[in-house]
Amino acid sequence: MARVVVHVPAEAKRGEVIEIRTLAAHPMETGFRRTQLGELIPRDIIRSLVCTYNGVEIFRAELHPAVAVNPLVAFTTVATESGTLEFRWTGDNGYSATHRAAIKVV
Amino acid sequence: MITRRGFLLLGLASTSVRAQLPPNIEAIRKAALEEAIRKVVGNAEVRQGRVKLDVPPLIDNGNTVPLSVEVESPMSAADHVKAIHIFTERNPQPYVLSAYLGPRSGRARVSTRARIADTGAVTAIAQLSDGSFWSQSVRVVVTLSACLEEGLI
Repeated sequence: MARVVVHVPAEAKRGEVIEIRTLAAHPMETGFRRTQLGELIPRDIIRSLVCTYNGVEIFRAELHPAVAVNPLVAFTTVATESGTLEFRWTGDNGYSATHRAAIKVV
Repeated sequence: MITRRGFLLLGLASTSVRAQLPPNIEAIRKAALEEAIRKVVGNAEVRQGRVKLDVPPLIDNGNTVPLSVEVESPMSAADHVKAIHIFTERNPQPYVLSAYLGPRSGRARVSTRARIADTGAVTAIAQLSDGSFWSQSVRVVVTLSACLEEGLI
């Protein structure tokens, strides 16, 4: 079950720069660790995070095994219009999670 | 015919040969970091400045290291930061995170949490819309490494 937490201010002034914080529950297995029997644990990470604002891409991040467990990515955007922000995480083993957050621009 | 003395000398010789050929991890990782940066930058010159990499200088736990990168830029359509790349020197792979921004970002600022395997440099490189690259490296000391197994590879 993909669980994510996103923090977007519910309301913002037009033209204001808002901070968006995203967190996804994921083990981010590096692929460099071994079990006690010496077998390599296969890599299982989130590869990318894409954020769209009313359908227009505003931010994209590529994640690598060196990003810590439960990857946190925080970034900023300009509040241009009321609408929805959509976040999409994709990763190894078919991992995919989406989240929508509404924003009201006054 | 191998005599006892000859056999012992043979053993001594083989161990000394092995001791002369340690896996040169440091050079391999340095080369990997340089190659990774080269892949991002191409042949362009990377200048120091404009980028502010915020990372604690002393890290107790390398498994979650808060990293934050801010680049001085007006973030207008004509002059903005296109991408921010973060690298580490001593991890098995140099890449940490690549973030792609645009004029709609408002500010060129990205934060995340990284794993850092060992004491060494953390580098942030920003690609600007005019094609120039700016960077800052910060040396960090790690007391508890992320994934001890990584250090053995």
